[in-house]
Amino acid sequence: MSALQVIWFFLIGGLLTVYAILDGYDLGIGFWHLFTKKDEDRRALLNAIGPVWDGNEVWLITGGGAIFAAFPHVYATVFSGLYLPLMLVLFALIFRAVSIEFRSKSPSAHWRNTWDTAFAIGSILPALLFGVAVGNILHGLPLDNSKNFAGAFSDLLNPYALLIGLVGFAALVTHGAVFATLKFEGDLARRAKKWASRGLYFYVVLFILASVVTALSQPQLLGNFMAIPVLWAFPLLVLAMIAMLAISNRKEKTRQAFVASSLSIVGLCGTAAASIFPTLVPALGKPEWSLTIANASSSQLTLTTMLVLALIGMPIVIGYTIWIHRTFGGKVKMEADLHY
Amino acid sequence: MDAVLLSRIQFALTIGFHYIFPPLTIGLSWLIVWIMTKYKKTGDILYRNMARFWIKIFALSFAVGVASGIVMEFQFGTNWSEYSRFVGDIFGAPLAAEGIFAFFLESSFLAVLILGWNRVSVKTHWFASLMVAVGATLSAFWIIVANSWQQTPAGYHIVNGQAQLTNFWAAVFNPSTIPRYLHTVDGALITGALFMLGISAWFLLKGRHTDFAKKSLKMSLVVAFAAAVVELGLGHLHAIQVAFTQPEKLAAIEGCFETERRAPALIFGIPSRKDERIYAPVRVPGLLSLLAFGDLNAEVKGLKAFPKEDWPPLALTFFPFHLMVALGMYFIALTAFGIFLLWRKRLFENRLFLKLALWSIPLPFIANELGWISAEVGRQPWVVYHVLRTRDAISTSVPVEQLVFSLIMFALIYILLFAVWLFLIRREIRHGPEEANPSAGKEVPA
Repeated sequence: MSALQVIWFFLIGGLLTVYAILDGYDLGIGFWHLFTKKDEDRRALLNAIGPVWDGNEVWLITGGGAIFAAFPHVYATVFSGLYLPLMLVLFALIFRAVSIEFRSKSPSAHWRNTWDTAFAIGSILPALLFGVAVGNILHGLPLDNSKNFAGAFSDLLNPYALLIGLVGFAALVTHGAVFATLKFEGDLARRAKKWASRGLYFYVVLFILASVVTALSQPQLLGNFMAIPVLWAFPLLVLAMIAMLAISNRKEKTRQAFVASSLSIVGLCGTAAASIFPTLVPALGKPEWSLTIANASSSQLTLTTMLVLALIGMPIVIGYTIWIHRTFGGKVKMEADLHY
Repeated sequence: MDAVLLSRIQFALTIGFHYIFPPLTIGLSWLIVWIMTKYKKTGDILYRNMARFWIKIFALSFAVGVASGIVMEFQFGTNWSEYSRFVGDIFGAPLAAEGIFAFFLESSFLAVLILGWNRVSVKTHWFASLMVAVGATLSAFWIIVANSWQQTPAGYHIVNGQAQLTNFWAAVFNPSTIPRYLHTVDGALITGALFMLGISAWFLLKGRHTDFAKKSLKMSLVVAFAAAVVELGLGHLHAIQVAFTQPEKLAAIEGCFETERRAPALIFGIPSRKDERIYAPVRVPGLLSLLAFGDLNAEVKGLKAFPKEDWPPLALTFFPFHLMVALGMYFIALTAFGIFLLWRKRLFENRLFLKLALWSIPLPFIANELGWISAEVGRQPWVVYHVLRTRDAISTSVPVEQLVFSLIMFALIYILLFAVWLFLIRREIRHGPEEANPSAGKEVPA
């Protein structure tokens, strides 16, 4: 295990966490989209994410590229092993992308309803399946000795993975509602506040349930926490942030609520990473066949080159991303020049 | 059906569909930069309306490009896992670099370009258009780097049966990167410009929005003509590179079976793999030797000089290549005709030219696909030329039923998307640009 491999573990963890925070609220908005009936509300929701969703999705694309570059065996094993769920995610993301662009191009109610449904399904499926994928990885995948997935599709639908999927789903849906409270005023903001408090309820119950189930059924995931107790900070961060989220949402401190909800996602991703490090994909029943940061990574030269590219590129990306979020920040105004 | 064939069909389908859109958006993005530059300089509301209209067309196409593009980022892992393991040390880096240096740029600034009209200054808006174009063009660079490495791998050695990077810049600037990149990006300029040309021609034929259409027609004609002429040289440059680095591919696209000096160029013919000869050939003696190696007497290797199992499929390389070249010649002729009319000041009245321009809209898209097909099929049976065979590169853990399912789904989804895209583009065009109206839409001053 080299320092570069550890660095890339954290960098990819960071990329995927930022993706979960940024695209998380887009996907969450997609879920709540179904709960609004009026056309202007739906347009408002789309315009809240319209300027940023595409840039947010690039974090996933870059994360995918970075996994390919830094841990090619993880890219190969996981994506081919989780073939069907990943295809469903891709189909969903295709529909999400085009629905946002297509829906407002025609005033026909039938047209708009069709693309609204596509947009909602295109958001709900990834929000759920990303968590199921994480659950499967935490749980371990059936692998053979050539690093290939050796299970069947039905293996991926195990209860543990589905539970983790629901935790992730509740987190993103809550996050989306909180984002909506930040972006709207009036009636829509009031409803978003209700959505957030309802989502929170599921989020906290599912998170506690998943923690208990993990402790009882997946003891191998607790090793790092026992060895390095400071890691408990991650799951505790989730709980603390859910509490803060509940309070700030009630007091309508929307910015604070959004920060809390984002940090709770950091806590979730950190908890997952702390559970498996330095393993990347545990092999079910055969720990020696697991993919780790040591046996799944690229060469030192590639990891170094990539690090240089990331250190040059990412500060610039972060700079203009912040600028764009500021430019399009603030409340969505319906009387302004709407695009979506 | 076997998994190799299914995976190949799925890859061809998904990349073939995706590749309809990036050349259009890359080409249009630079024309939009030009329009925005004019708007920034003159403040003329006509340029503003032009930009708004073409940005709408751009955004619709970009969305479909993004939607189909995300599939490509993951498909190496889902369907080509053995390939991914083999090349991960080299191939992943350009994909990640594409995200970091290109996708973030274009997607972020696209939002400013689309939505910035009443929010940012004209200067910032212009800058956003430039960043979108730069991002789009950079993304083409990194993806061509990755693909060119499959054609002419460099900067690596094999360790434990897997390719390992030894020199990053040698891998990035492998022998085919630059010629293929220039050829592709220039093809994108032709595509974007001929698209704008054809639509502007339609407005003129209908007598609608004529001020707008005349300006768009002129600008796109100049770009299309310049790009089409330059493409002759760039295509030639690329062919020379193929001649030096991938002789089987050259032999396949040119239909040469025999190794010979004064090798002829085939204008037409029907290659037969079985009989190892060309039927109904129309040859220009010595031309291929001259074009490929700059010498009439240079020796050109024929297919027979290589083991037959290493031959690329012939029909799918020979015909697409020849058709692409023919289309390239047609683009030069069409745009030269337009430039002649412009010079004689009859451009906007010549209905023959306007009709030709309108009906030529699909042709550059077809040329792009044909070029891509001859390039990629010409690499077969290798996924990495002379290093890894395609049949050894697929995911072994994916069941065939799942491949069939995903292939059918992609086909259905892409047919739907293409139909909707066409429908919406036609709708936008019929709706037309906003009419010049100096009182509407005051800008934030720069």
